[in-house]
Amino acid sequence: MDKNDNNWEPVIGLEIHAQIISNSKLFSGASTNFGSEPNTQVSLVDAAMPGMLPVINKVCVEQAIKTGLSLNAQINKRSVFDRKNYFYPDLPQGYQISQYTQPIVGKGSIEIDLKNGNSKKIGITRLHLEQDAGKSIHDLDPNKTYIDLNRSGVALMEIVSEPDIRSAEEAQEYVKKLRSILRYIQTCDGNMEEGSLRCDVNISVKKKNEDFGTRCEIKNVNSIKSIGQAIEHEFHRQVEIIESGDKVQQETRLFDEKKGETRPMRTKEEAHDYRYFPDPDLPPLEISTNLIGEIKKNLPELPDVKKKKLIDGYGLSSYESSILISDKNNVDFFEAVINENNQRKPKVVVNWIIGDLFSLLKKNNLDIKKSPVKPSDLGELIDLIENSTISGKLAKTVFDEMFYNRKKPKKIIKQKGLIQITDSGEIENVITKVLSQNVDKVNEYKSGKEKLYGYFIGQIMQETKGKANPKLVNEILKKKLAK
Amino acid sequence: MNDLKDINIEKSLELLKTKKISSKELVEFYLTEAESKKNLNAYISLNLDNAINLAKESDKRISSNKMRALEGIPIAVKDLFCTQNFLTTAASGMLQNFIPTYESTVTQKLWDAGAILIGKTNLDEFAMGSSNETSFFGSVINPLSINNKKYVPGGSSGGSAAAVAANIALAATGTDTGGSIRQPASYCGIVGLKPTYGRCSRWGIIAFASSLDQAGPMTKTVKDAAILLDIMAGYDNKDSTSANLDDINFSKSFDKIKKLKVGIPKQYKSDKLSPEIVKLWEDGIDYFKKKNCTVIDIDLPHTDYALATYYIISSAEASSNLARYDGVRYGKRQSSNDITTLYEQTRSQGFGNEVKRRIMIGTYVLSAGYYDAYYLKAQKVRSKIIDDFNQAFEKVDVIFTPTAPSDAFEQGTKIDDPIQMYLNDVFTVPASLAGLPAISVPIGLSQNGLPLGFQIIGKRFDENSVLAAGKIIEDCANFGEKK
Amino acid sequence: MEIDKTLVKKIASLSKINVKEEEVKKFSNELSKIITWIDKLNEVKTDNVTPVTNPSDIKIPIRDDKVNDGKIKEKILKNAPETKGGYFIVPKVVE
Repeated sequence: MDKNDNNWEPVIGLEIHAQIISNSKLFSGASTNFGSEPNTQVSLVDAAMPGMLPVINKVCVEQAIKTGLSLNAQINKRSVFDRKNYFYPDLPQGYQISQYTQPIVGKGSIEIDLKNGNSKKIGITRLHLEQDAGKSIHDLDPNKTYIDLNRSGVALMEIVSEPDIRSAEEAQEYVKKLRSILRYIQTCDGNMEEGSLRCDVNISVKKKNEDFGTRCEIKNVNSIKSIGQAIEHEFHRQVEIIESGDKVQQETRLFDEKKGETRPMRTKEEAHDYRYFPDPDLPPLEISTNLIGEIKKNLPELPDVKKKKLIDGYGLSSYESSILISDKNNVDFFEAVINENNQRKPKVVVNWIIGDLFSLLKKNNLDIKKSPVKPSDLGELIDLIENSTISGKLAKTVFDEMFYNRKKPKKIIKQKGLIQITDSGEIENVITKVLSQNVDKVNEYKSGKEKLYGYFIGQIMQETKGKANPKLVNEILKKKLAK
Repeated sequence: MNDLKDINIEKSLELLKTKKISSKELVEFYLTEAESKKNLNAYISLNLDNAINLAKESDKRISSNKMRALEGIPIAVKDLFCTQNFLTTAASGMLQNFIPTYESTVTQKLWDAGAILIGKTNLDEFAMGSSNETSFFGSVINPLSINNKKYVPGGSSGGSAAAVAANIALAATGTDTGGSIRQPASYCGIVGLKPTYGRCSRWGIIAFASSLDQAGPMTKTVKDAAILLDIMAGYDNKDSTSANLDDINFSKSFDKIKKLKVGIPKQYKSDKLSPEIVKLWEDGIDYFKKKNCTVIDIDLPHTDYALATYYIISSAEASSNLARYDGVRYGKRQSSNDITTLYEQTRSQGFGNEVKRRIMIGTYVLSAGYYDAYYLKAQKVRSKIIDDFNQAFEKVDVIFTPTAPSDAFEQGTKIDDPIQMYLNDVFTVPASLAGLPAISVPIGLSQNGLPLGFQIIGKRFDENSVLAAGKIIEDCANFGEKK
Repeated sequence: MEIDKTLVKKIASLSKINVKEEEVKKFSNELSKIITWIDKLNEVKTDNVTPVTNPSDIKIPIRDDKVNDGKIKEKILKNAPETKGGYFIVPKVVE
């Protein structure tokens, strides 16, 4: 956004729908697994058969409380479920069970970090529990829509921000931060591509010190990038309208990813009268102080706090820490390696994790939780490098072997005879041999062709099958070449 | 040959146990009688395929001394309870072909106790009505009709009441939302009990108004009602409004209750009440006094507002509960190329006029701008009505009132005037709003020669006192002779 | 309180019920009468009264997070008017 936008600024509020991590759905015992055959994860309740009734899932309630606490928010000990009534083919009941006037979580806030180094507090208005709808598939037939209710009834947390956001960057940072918190405390996997985290943007424009303008809601914003694009486009669109003397119409618009712009929804939005009323099938939800206390006690350190500890306590860079805290399992892995042997250098450990380990995990589509290399295995390998049993370079081959064949490092090194050569005498002999076989090149080197140094190293390593200790090789080679 | 005509459950169990009759005889008798009295239109469907086989199995169990609580007893079930693999219609064109793949909790309990399904009884469509004139399958005739005229059996459980009164069912299940068990019981001269809200599970019962619906027995005697209640009642973890209480053996304990304090609410008296009802009321009061009960005047100040409160709340809940009938997953669909037209045509053709009226009233009272004035207001008045009862029950154990303001009326005389029709429920809705147990017991005949029942309302979960008081009326009134 | 024809049509549309032109007047009359009759609730003083949704004071029962349902595709689809490949089918919905 231009600073010279005539003093116009956007006023942005975000509504995030986050699918809760749980085994079964909010009000039914069907599975929440992603990607199953259509209508196989549907109970009679999810299909809204006649006479069916909802029963609430304990874990979903706890996940909402956990999230509320992590957003510094007030947990409402009494909350009520309301019905939001409207017709849509993937909404089997003809209403969504949600929370309207008395949500489970009240006001909170999160801090975001901006490029200019500043931090900003973004308020959270509320968080409530609600059912997800099923899926409508429009492109399997030109004249028909196909309905799959697998997703119908999955628990969602709707998180509403205060309209505190004033730029596309702030909006993106807010979503990134929120996503990292949810992933860290494991209440939502934050996967925007798969739809487990969805974002609606509410945006209006005003000049500084003026009142809020008319806002538009933008739907179908499916990635961090789209959030930025949608806001930029909509901001300029609204400013243009006002500057040309017109009024901004309150409407719901769709973000078109291909064109990078927003357009009004094709169906004329009937003024939605959702006729909210308390669901008579569900008594109010009462949460005890004990339960809140228990959950608070077991809450992991939040990503921000953890990140600071990683930087201050272990000397990691901000970049390295950010990568670790993107998933609590990364941090757990890292800390397991460090805590097992506190001689291990944090920098070395983190580089192995975010370098070699992540690379192989990604290639094989694995989560760090399912890593075939366990923290203690990696730790062992690092120790072996540290005490020069093996060179750093060869360690990489060992690591591959550890990953694919699940063998312990010591075993692999023994089996493959990879133990580093650290005997100076032995190394000197090899160097002498190599140099004597390459007298011409030695002379060329001595007359200034310094590049040949690498050639000698290569030859020495070939002779020793990579096992020579690089430090010693350098020391001795340099000495010999200096003569 | 046993005279099975006026037999009841208690007597049947005795005869079955002593092998004086077989279940097969009983079942065959009722199936034959039902077929012979088809003109009453009390049944929508009969269990011709299966009932006799089930009876034979029961007879086997009886001979090997494996008799369960209701072994071999044929029961008629209101066609609002989902019965597995057996047509369940709610007396609506919408569900004329609906075959549930599941069994309601209450009826499953009956089958688990050895009872046998004789058939599904007729009712007002979706339980909305008090004359059984709104059924897709045609109106039900009151078997006690006089002078060759067709009188209504009351509603919505008109079919169940007519079947029991005509001796084409040994007993039946009904549901009561605003009087739908009690009022038809009164018009047909049988016993009808609405248990405390939460006493019986609502799972698998097609929902009309969730905070009011209750399943209950419709029987020939008070003892029979207690016997059925023992089986029908009980906690269900699939219904979040189900009461989790210790089991009570009603049939063994209710007659131990003595010396009840009986309240007569002055707001139920009015100069509009017919002299015959006033007389019968006085008779009832004498019966209580004769049996060592104390009779006290009490106040239920908000009685006049109960009916309007009921219609707002029940219509609002119904409008939402019936939104699932959209022709997408079940029900009689009216095809179309456009989803909105599909919804509108399916629902307009699938629902009768009374159902449409109530859905529209419900939609109206919940809609933006009207919610506070109607729905919220009604919920507050409901609170006051509950308070009225709480206060009255500090002075008395039970409350004694007429069940309906008149005897049965002729078919077609009120159907065009909704408000006149609604007034049939004036005495029954207060107990529904307060979730209290209430029974109707026949006390005498009107001038026209049609039955009149009187109502006893009790404290929450005190069905025992209600049954005990009902027994007093039954014993003293000797209605059987009067018929 | 009068429920005029426009309001009848609006309510019908929200309820997804098609009211034919010739029926609109009838519904308008009936609904107006009923709403006028319900208006009498205004006579009751209800300041500071807590509204009641459900007459019982049952606490909401909470279920363990176990997968014990679903995987009943045939039952779910059994009564459907139109299905294909395991999906429910409706006419194309324009978004």
